Amino acid sequence: MSVMEQDSAGAPARASLVNDPKYRGYFYQLLLVVLLVTLGYVIVTNTIANLERQNIASGWGFLENTAGFGIIQSLAPYSETSSYGQAIFVGFLNTVLVAVVGIFFATIIGFIVGIARLSNNWVISRIAYCYVELIRNVPLLLQIFFWYFAVLRAVPQKREKWSFFFDTFHLNIAGLRGPKPIWEPGAEFIGYALIIGIVATIAVSRWARKKQDATGEQFPVFWTGLGLIVGLPIITYFVTGMPMTLEHPNFVEEGPILRRGFELGVGFNLIPEFLALTAALAIYTAAFIAEIVRAGIQAVSHGQTEAANALGLRQGPTLRLVIIPQAMRVIIPPLTSQYLNLTKNSSLAVAIAFPDLVSVGGTVLNQTGQAIEIIGIWMAVYLSLSLITSAFMNWYNQRMALVER
Amino acid sequence: MANSDTFQIRTEEAPLLPAPVSTTGVIGWMRKNLFSSISNTILTIIGIWLAYSIIAPFIQFAFVDAVWTGENREACLPQDGGHSGACWAYVEAYFPQFIYGRYPTDQTWRVDIVFALFALLLVPLAIPSAPFKRTNAILFLVVLPIVSYFLLTGLVIGGAVVLPIVETAVWGGLLVTMVIAVTGIVASLPLGIALALGRRSKMPIIKLVSIIFIEFWRGVPLITVLFMSSVMLPLFLPEGVTFDKLLRVLIGVTLFSAAYMAEVVRGGLQAIPKGQYEGAMALGLRFWPMMYLIILPQALKLVIPGIVNTFIGLFKDTTLVLIVGMFDLLGQIQSSFTDPTWSTPSQGHTGYLFAAIVFFVFCFGMSRYSIFMEKKLHTGHKR
Repeated sequence: MSVMEQDSAGAPARASLVNDPKYRGYFYQLLLVVLLVTLGYVIVTNTIANLERQNIASGWGFLENTAGFGIIQSLAPYSETSSYGQAIFVGFLNTVLVAVVGIFFATIIGFIVGIARLSNNWVISRIAYCYVELIRNVPLLLQIFFWYFAVLRAVPQKREKWSFFFDTFHLNIAGLRGPKPIWEPGAEFIGYALIIGIVATIAVSRWARKKQDATGEQFPVFWTGLGLIVGLPIITYFVTGMPMTLEHPNFVEEGPILRRGFELGVGFNLIPEFLALTAALAIYTAAFIAEIVRAGIQAVSHGQTEAANALGLRQGPTLRLVIIPQAMRVIIPPLTSQYLNLTKNSSLAVAIAFPDLVSVGGTVLNQTGQAIEIIGIWMAVYLSLSLITSAFMNWYNQRMALVER
Repeated sequence: MANSDTFQIRTEEAPLLPAPVSTTGVIGWMRKNLFSSISNTILTIIGIWLAYSIIAPFIQFAFVDAVWTGENREACLPQDGGHSGACWAYVEAYFPQFIYGRYPTDQTWRVDIVFALFALLLVPLAIPSAPFKRTNAILFLVVLPIVSYFLLTGLVIGGAVVLPIVETAVWGGLLVTMVIAVTGIVASLPLGIALALGRRSKMPIIKLVSIIFIEFWRGVPLITVLFMSSVMLPLFLPEGVTFDKLLRVLIGVTLFSAAYMAEVVRGGLQAIPKGQYEGAMALGLRFWPMMYLIILPQALKLVIPGIVNTFIGLFKDTTLVLIVGMFDLLGQIQSSFTDPTWSTPSQGHTGYLFAAIVFFVFCFGMSRYSIFMEKKLHTGHKR
């Protein structure tokens, strides 16, 4: 060691503030805050000036104005005289509808393909592999276009139809038509019966678990639950005098040519935009879910299966009681993020003019010029969806971690 | 034990018999993998039927019934009323548009040079054993963007036109797809690293800002980001300052993918053992030298597969720019459908099939590379 270094080492620790990590930290953070505040100030002043020049009054008042455009599918009452706010709400409901239906089908297809990917059967596992690789590597927008412009344009024209499921569902260029339930007074009891059935099933399964813990005796929860959830509403349906009827779509085959085809407003109708979007979203997301399912099942070590077999469990209980609960722990977190992706991807509806949140919002934006408010609504909706999802995921992860040990 | 002398004891080994024919070779393999049980046999038959019912019509459409050459729609119209196959003649006629968009025909060599340089620099960068990685990376990440910028947009020095200016409005096709995807990923890498470090920082404000930034961009769909950059961004700028449309999209895409990149890099940073940080600190390294010399080289190497996967996602997502009125590969194909010269019943199918093939080749190739790197890196860390 040189003399100088010894000197400086021997001196009392009086590091200058510049070299103190604590004060450097304060300095950098202050710098960041100043930068962000300056940036925010510049953006706000520029925006105010620009809006004034373009004569756009910022604020939420425009939501009360009459929209004046129609929406081809709405779950809530809507007409051209409704307000912009109602239009956006209808768009939001359509986003939720697409997301829910898409998630339902994506989960089913994804689990089937994921399990098929692990099949011992070479043909089946190859087909599942090809499905996953083909679908994952082609852009979603292209797939939506394919379903909408290529597949759904090949179905029969307005005055013809394809029927399936014993003539109850019909497909043509105007969409998918099927029977619509008509609820008459007294039908609410069926709903109550369903709720009672579900609550009772939960109670029964708790009681059965306690009983099994205490005595080791098993109780057929599945069949009891099925009876309660399906049987109770059906009994109520007959007891209350069948207050629900099905309204079948009316296909007019004769008469003036322009009148032929399905009668408007009779039966239930899914527009082709909805079909194409949902099909594309479900099939695309299913490819990702399949990979998640495969990885989840493979993550359960083979020793678990062997141990279960050694305990004398058969194939079914081994899967249900040992493999799946452990695989689900690995599967659920990425699965929720896929659900979220599907919801966010449903915004591609705008490309085929399905009236979802983004599509309706875009129309409102073009009519009113309220860019900041509309984009703010979009961001707020999608952000809250994703924050809720990640909150759920954190809760689930914590719960699973507690179970572990 | 009186009869013990009648026992026969073999003194030599019996010759090994070949395994039964039914358990070896093709037959054995088929018995094991296809027909091991009744349910398995049924599955095999269903699977073969399913594959046949998809592949046969596809081959019929794409090859057997396809029209390979022709001048206009007449060549591709269905003969004698039947369904016609793919109209590859239309793709051939439109091919330059699908690659360059409306880029001036006499200037397309500039695009070719950029593509060639890109490939030339990317290939040695992607091969792990190729030498001069650092020089290569600098050329690819710094020199290539500058050269490409001037080659693509044009260069005027002191009034003398070296390369004629080409407005970005006429760019299109694969060129736009590549420009957006590559610029997005290259520009988002430094931003993503900064955000990842910020998220792991001990300074509360920096950490908070990073988390808000990352979660915000990850929580919203890309399409709203594109709307935001094309509609809202001009409002933020002072009067008189305008951005090129492509540049606005690039800014949106970069911010969006930076958030995803940050999460990928954070994964890499978390995978580095704490001993590496402590070792670097014990050597007296400050924060940035520690990051630059010790942590980041290891972390970034680990996350190469993640970066490639992010790139695949971004590459597919560039198709969304057609919604804000730009013409990438899919947008160019979509807009070619309005041309009456080639309007036939099979035009749409052919166009989409072509787009699907192009995207599949790129994305599948990249995902194979990502898997290859993952395996390679994995063995590198095994003891």
